Amino acid sequence: MNIFVILKQTFDTEEKIVLDGEKVSEDGVKFIINPYDEYAVEEALRLKEQHGGLVTVISVGPPRAAEALRTALAMGADEAVLISDERIPADEYSLSTVLAACLAKESADIVLGGNFSVDQGSGQVAIRVARLLGLPHVSSITKLDVAGGRADVLRDAEGDTEAIEVALPALFTAQQGLNEPRYPSLPGIMKAKKKPLRQLGLDELGLPEGSFAPRTERLSLSLPPLRNAGQILQGDLKQQAAELVSLLRNEAKAI
Amino acid sequence: MSHHYVVIAEARGGQLRQVSLEAVKAAQLSANEGDAISALILGHHLAEEARQLSLYISGQVHVVDHADLEHYSAECYCSAMLPLLESLQPCGIVLGHTAMGRDLAPLLAAHLQAGQISDVTSIHRSGSEVLYTRPIYAGKAFEQKRFTAAPHILTIRPNNIPPAAEAESPGQIVQHAYTAPANLRTVIKDVITKASGRVDLSEAQIVVSGGRGVKSAEGFQPLEQLAEVLGGAVGASRGACDAGYCDYALQIGQTGKVVTPQIYIACGISGAIQHLAGMSQSRIIIAINKDPEAPIFKIADYGIVGDLFEVLPLLTEEFRKALA
Repeated sequence: MNIFVILKQTFDTEEKIVLDGEKVSEDGVKFIINPYDEYAVEEALRLKEQHGGLVTVISVGPPRAAEALRTALAMGADEAVLISDERIPADEYSLSTVLAACLAKESADIVLGGNFSVDQGSGQVAIRVARLLGLPHVSSITKLDVAGGRADVLRDAEGDTEAIEVALPALFTAQQGLNEPRYPSLPGIMKAKKKPLRQLGLDELGLPEGSFAPRTERLSLSLPPLRNAGQILQGDLKQQAAELVSLLRNEAKAI
Repeated sequence: MSHHYVVIAEARGGQLRQVSLEAVKAAQLSANEGDAISALILGHHLAEEARQLSLYISGQVHVVDHADLEHYSAECYCSAMLPLLESLQPCGIVLGHTAMGRDLAPLLAAHLQAGQISDVTSIHRSGSEVLYTRPIYAGKAFEQKRFTAAPHILTIRPNNIPPAAEAESPGQIVQHAYTAPANLRTVIKDVITKASGRVDLSEAQIVVSGGRGVKSAEGFQPLEQLAEVLGGAVGASRGACDAGYCDYALQIGQTGKVVTPQIYIACGISGAIQHLAGMSQSRIIIAINKDPEAPIFKIADYGIVGDLFEVLPLLTEEFRKALA
């Protein structure tokens, strides 16, 4: 089985955000595989263990994104592709066009991605790629079983669960609860150093400039207003409970 | 390109979703004077939802009502929708950033080679330009974006943009036939509704949320009771989900959902930065925690230092009295 995982390198979720002019500062930031993409990598490895095949991880990003791909190789992926080119705009139309151009050269049985990235959080790229490749897709899956050219999946839809049968090839995006990602083992880390990590630019993909022109652009960045500590209620707990309800009604006018 | 916005509305439990009225408002805020706004709703037994929707839309309300469309399916919905969109040629499409909107909008965007701005929380005008604000890093920062090419596709975060007011005269309901596509590649076999009758977490006006301090799955019962009295939804921190006390569908934070209710009640949640990202834009935050040093108190409007298992029943009783 030929399995591809689209992944993104993101800030660790414990990082604070500091603005540096019109950019988010990367000073001293710890980078990780986007947590939802990590579920996708783990699921790909489990599929390979069950059915055999090859797992290729693909990312579009700056050169530092190679570390995230290396981590996925250390977890057990076989090959990695980093598409890194300063001419690629940070717009979901552009990113998905570039990824689809790369994947169109392969014959994937299954493409996996995360439900969304914890940085931009737009949740568009993987689903756009499915459409561009003409693949059926199911987003936000919590279970994936593959047999006989089809997949049985569970999809999380706002707390409800849908059981869906899909003909392969297909694309899926991973939701929390799909699996528990493994840590790279020490031998895995050693082996990863020798696994192929190809770097591609737009020229290698044969994408003419203009074919991926952005449809949106960022004008500015800001931080949310700071919240201050309010009041800690006093008295016995019954009094506090009564006071809270009264404050919500009379001061906050929220009930 | 036409001057025509289309709102893709949604039904839930026999009602039009609140976020769909917010989407109508978002279309109004995006449209220029004279632009038409119409709506599109798909599903089954939609008479009531279509009627509700027509009160807020002065243009047409396009309805595709068929048993096959009872549950959202990307393939069926796209095949029903694309010919309609082809004939309407909208310059903008607005959806809620819901389970359906998150799945459907990027498909339409890819099909139309369009830009999409996801999870919009506010819309401003600067001269002739429309600017869209959306959270990044789950709300640790915000970005302001604009479209550089048409058509425009938007998904809007529930509870952030005010709902549209009723139109001066109701819109016209137009029914469309549905033909099932041949060779479906995805088939919904079963839908297990765990959330039926419940307010959706992202649309809830009040969220009662539990952390590690809840200690067990049974420990969520007092939270459920309070949420029921308040007509709210129950959420959880990553700690509570990782510990197996509740389903990941309830998780609030940078991984999980971002919520912006009127009132957020954090019970036994310490306030890790990854959780704060998912709830700190709530209007009023209430923290209940045994530990007076818990970071959650630093951003809470009201704090009660105490054992949640003692506090919650008292609070539920007080709310029950107050709301009676």
